[in-house]
Amino acid sequence: MSKNVEEIDDVVIKFAGDSGDGMQLTGSQFSNTTAFIGNDLATFPDYPAEIRAPQGTVAGVSGFKIQFGNQQIFSPGDEADVLVAMNPAALKANLNWIKERGTIIIDSDSFKQKDFEKAHFETNPLEDGSLEGFNVIEAPITKLTKDSVADFDIENKSRTRSKNMFALGVVYWLFSRPLDITENFLDEKFKKHPEIAKANKAALRAGYNYALTVELLPSAYKVRPAALPKGKYRSITGNIATAWGFLAAAERSGLKLFLGSYPITPASDILHELSKFKNFDVVTLQAEDEIAGICSAIGASFAGSLAITSTSGPGLALKGEAIGLAMMTELPLVIIDVQRGGPSTGLPTKTEQSDLLQAVYGRNGESPVIVLAASTPGNCFDYAYQAAKLAVEHMTPVILLTDGFIANGAAPWRIRQVAEMDSITPAIVNAETNDWKAYSRDEAKLSRFWAVPGTKGFAHRIGGLEKQEGSGNVSYDPANHELMVKIRAEKVKRVANFIPELEVEGEQEADLLVVGWGGTYGGLHTAVEAMRQKGHSIALAHFNYINPLPKNTADVFARYKKITVCELNNGQFVKLLRSELPQFEYGQYNKIQGLPFSKSELVNEFTKELEESL
Amino acid sequence: MSHLAGVELTFKDFETDQEVRWCPGCGDYAILKAVQQALPQINKSKEDIVFISGIGCSSRFPYYVETYGFHSIHGRAPAIASGVKLANPNLSVWQITGDGDALAIGGNHFIHALRRNIDINILLFNNEIYGLTKGQFSPTSAQGLKTKSSPFGTVDRAFSPGKLALGAEANFFARVIDIDPKRMTDVLVQAEQHKGSSLVEILQNCVIFNDKVFADVTAKEVKLDRQLWLEHGKPMIFGAEQNKGLILNGLKLEVVTIGENGITEADILVHDAHGEDKTLHQMLIGMEAPEFPVAFGIIRQVEGPTFDDQTWNQIEASKEKARVHSVDELMNSGVTWEIE
Repeated sequence: MSKNVEEIDDVVIKFAGDSGDGMQLTGSQFSNTTAFIGNDLATFPDYPAEIRAPQGTVAGVSGFKIQFGNQQIFSPGDEADVLVAMNPAALKANLNWIKERGTIIIDSDSFKQKDFEKAHFETNPLEDGSLEGFNVIEAPITKLTKDSVADFDIENKSRTRSKNMFALGVVYWLFSRPLDITENFLDEKFKKHPEIAKANKAALRAGYNYALTVELLPSAYKVRPAALPKGKYRSITGNIATAWGFLAAAERSGLKLFLGSYPITPASDILHELSKFKNFDVVTLQAEDEIAGICSAIGASFAGSLAITSTSGPGLALKGEAIGLAMMTELPLVIIDVQRGGPSTGLPTKTEQSDLLQAVYGRNGESPVIVLAASTPGNCFDYAYQAAKLAVEHMTPVILLTDGFIANGAAPWRIRQVAEMDSITPAIVNAETNDWKAYSRDEAKLSRFWAVPGTKGFAHRIGGLEKQEGSGNVSYDPANHELMVKIRAEKVKRVANFIPELEVEGEQEADLLVVGWGGTYGGLHTAVEAMRQKGHSIALAHFNYINPLPKNTADVFARYKKITVCELNNGQFVKLLRSELPQFEYGQYNKIQGLPFSKSELVNEFTKELEESL
Repeated sequence: MSHLAGVELTFKDFETDQEVRWCPGCGDYAILKAVQQALPQINKSKEDIVFISGIGCSSRFPYYVETYGFHSIHGRAPAIASGVKLANPNLSVWQITGDGDALAIGGNHFIHALRRNIDINILLFNNEIYGLTKGQFSPTSAQGLKTKSSPFGTVDRAFSPGKLALGAEANFFARVIDIDPKRMTDVLVQAEQHKGSSLVEILQNCVIFNDKVFADVTAKEVKLDRQLWLEHGKPMIFGAEQNKGLILNGLKLEVVTIGENGITEADILVHDAHGEDKTLHQMLIGMEAPEFPVAFGIIRQVEGPTFDDQTWNQIEASKEKARVHSVDELMNSGVTWEIE
């Protein structure tokens, strides 16, 4: 049987099904295989907050979108070339997000009358013409899966569970991917249940062979490997990269890593990941609440560990008082906030950038801390490392902002080498340290020195009460308080001398400067790049350092005619910029839907802004 | 006395240069002294001892002890102490707290520290009132107490710290009183030597806002009849004449007099602090004057694995099975590929 193979540059695929259908696993398997064969990619897992939302309903649809291609890919893309819809609800939820003439693969066994009703389709979408113009592939996936696993000794109810693997097999054929990465994964995952591994592998192969055999599919596609920078790669998500960044920082600094944390979506994977690596002397404490999570970390920091705590927005709110304590006692600490849709419980599984002001200002009293934001799944590693470095070298809490989008999203990642990373020199006292006082300071950084319990000759007391500069004794002296407030502010401000300057992508002078920060980098880059290709005068300044801002920020802003600040919130970074650098005028573009920016909406916005400025 | 490095420490070694600022006559002075007397007896160097406190009058304590110290935020000291102990299990970690700090704002951390059995010593100064905020009722205040925030009498029911602790699976609970620093010192040394969370409830008089709250058990004329000092393996005998004792009558404790109604010393309950079963410990903790004497001393002391030991044992054990031995190995593990 000859395979008709058509070559294409990039593809967006969306896997969608019930929240119990295994769509996240299917998507991540497709990503791993796709990364392995050398495509660049970006993913966007999008799932409901409920573990098993009502079956067959639109609210219960779990989706996984991936864009991959033969060039660098910065975002998971907008509309899908291929939608895999395991039921009518999955079809309904994604109908407006498929490209013209796109392919829709459906499980025809799940398209019965009762299934339409659950998804609130009034008529059968397969028959009423609403799918006209799409290339619809109806396959009896449930039945074929059952048949393919008939010979295995597994429970009856498990027999249809592998239908996600069948669907994955179909898509593997469609895009000429090998099966072995997923087969190895299944062997490993079901090491203790070899029959289940076999059944899943059989379903995967059955899907692949089905697509190969039947003539429902006109041709398979091929996407050549992308020209990524040289090196050794692996696939990584933002949360895993964050966890590993801290492991690397602990190893490089010689400090033991301590994580105090309370489970919270979408940050829990950091706790899960670090819990695996006890052999690196990592202590993870699943605390009784968010406050105990950070307070145990503060205790560990006092005792000399590289101490971190991971959370999301609601948890950051609970940790506020303790962050103030770490700031006041000038102990190193990293707080990771994997932002999600707020306020309150908000949209726990959706992405947003609405904790920026909370991170910068959300504490009682004058309480400055360093705030960083990672901007891709892979650079979560670098900013976790950098957050740890700044914390232990400057003796201050650091808040690292990521978000649900980059935390759960995966991308190929060039493997780093620990020895090549910046050195980390914690400000720890030793027997040779002379004239030490609890609050004596480094001249350049204004940081105090870390005297760790167990070190002879340095017994001292610290706490949340105001300190006398130098001695660190409790002080209610009015002038001293003002001095200390200013020293603590200056200490964080001076961090700007130790961080990289802001770099701009695109022209160094242009009509429009797009400003972004954190996890929107992929979307903003893609849109700005598309505009530049068309000859527009536009550039991107993307921030990873929020507090303090890079030293050259004002110099950069001054070179552009117009500045627009794009954020997934109601305008928080722009508010900060307006107060820090009021000499500039800022436009703003905000989206608050729990979703990342799409390329098309950004291109429309930037086009409009450029037209207005003509 | 400690003989580490050939230097014998005394209580004076644990005094700081800070002026102690509790109210004149406060029970906290006696507790500070008892702690400073206990520390030279625990075989630890000064730098290996850490005092962690929350907020409240009692929580100023770390400033007055010449060791490492951390005066933290309200209610959170158990979590901070847990972090210190887990980061460096060699440290002797002491948490200083009060009835508001431990049982109101910090109730969650308090019960979870005890549940985990992490090896810290928790000294709970119980004066049944809020001192630092100037006189509101606390979770241990007697129901009906009139305070600034309960002018008609509090309708809150009171916690018994000991009962709460046992409910949270505490292995060590002792009760002492500020006016008996000598016995307090002995109990503190034993609390430190016990592996796991040790809770010592210290009845402490607040001269300003709740003066003489424990007078019904401390007053000279009644104290011998109203205090039962328990010792493991010894009969539960008390009283000015040392002729009163406790027996079990059905499922209830009863006070009896030796020599009356045919009762002999052999009938009196013998204290078993080490028994796993906490039924009798709970009953002893719950005894209230005037019907019963109030129980003092080590009421419960049961051995059990500690959280810190188990955590580090797991870390050590995982090193033998580890598949990757450095972060470089970790990053290069699993599915990787080269781009030329």
